[in-house]
Amino acid sequence: MDSVRSDRNGSSRIPVALKILIAGGFGAGKTTMVGSVSEIRPLQTEEVLTGAEGADDVSGVEGKTTTTVTMDFGRITITEDLQLYLFGTPGQDRFWFLWDELSQGALGAVVLADTRRLADCFPSIDYFEQRGTPFVVAVNCFDEQHRFAPEAVARALDLDPGVPVVLFDARDQVAARNVLIELVEYVARRQLTTAARR
Amino acid sequence: MTHDWLDNEAGPVVRPYAMTQGRVAPADCDFDLVAFVVATVPDMPPGQHLQPEHHAIVAAAWEPISVVELASQLDLALGVIRVLLGDLRSAGLISLYEPPAASQPHDVDVLKAVVNGLRAL
Repeated sequence: MDSVRSDRNGSSRIPVALKILIAGGFGAGKTTMVGSVSEIRPLQTEEVLTGAEGADDVSGVEGKTTTTVTMDFGRITITEDLQLYLFGTPGQDRFWFLWDELSQGALGAVVLADTRRLADCFPSIDYFEQRGTPFVVAVNCFDEQHRFAPEAVARALDLDPGVPVVLFDARDQVAARNVLIELVEYVARRQLTTAARR
Repeated sequence: MTHDWLDNEAGPVVRPYAMTQGRVAPADCDFDLVAFVVATVPDMPPGQHLQPEHHAIVAAAWEPISVVELASQLDLALGVIRVLLGDLRSAGLISLYEPPAASQPHDVDVLKAVVNGLRAL
């Protein structure tokens, strides 16, 4: 054991971890999606609310000094040196300040939409649009639900041209994985377009 | 080790920031969620005034581990982990590897590797 340990510094490289945010309204399937593509674990973020965080809206919780938020956290190991982290973002508006840290340097986001309550995902879409975080909209199709065409959803959400909209079932591992692939390919396309403009 | 009051039902018996003596921010710097931590020593040197949680971090960080993974594995709040990491860093017991700047675009080759990796799942 000791001899293995002393070998460490020569052999272990520092991996790269990429963040993907899974956002959407309450009950849209965030936890389900993180759970179906990765090993899901809870992550506690005991956050200090100082009330002096500038733009952060802490209205309603001014009297509190800390608040505990538990997020869904999932990891997908791509290779030994490359890991993908999924974060199910806390839904309530007063936790926006957590999103800022999560989305910093994030690869992109998946916004889950429920066509029965489409408006629930507006705040997420606004947030990522403002921050310039690339995102795809994934419509979680519950069993007996009336399906809409992706184009209709894109129109209803007033998405910028090119933002992918996919229909999927958050419980299905392959379908959830395909949403992530869609996102990463979209990010790569955007990157190439930006590079070409320079 | 087990105690009548301590089981899964009991919830946290120690308030999170009690472990940090009430400190809510690390001494020297912030630790990115996806920064990697590596212990510089296999075992904690004696004589350090450190807590069990510090020891647990050093043990978990023998192989490179990210800040967020540490929090999840040790079931400590991110804010608490950061303060404890600050202590360990000041004591020279861990090295920190920050991720590339957030302003930098993601490498297209890395993105391709991610897509291929996801397809192979």
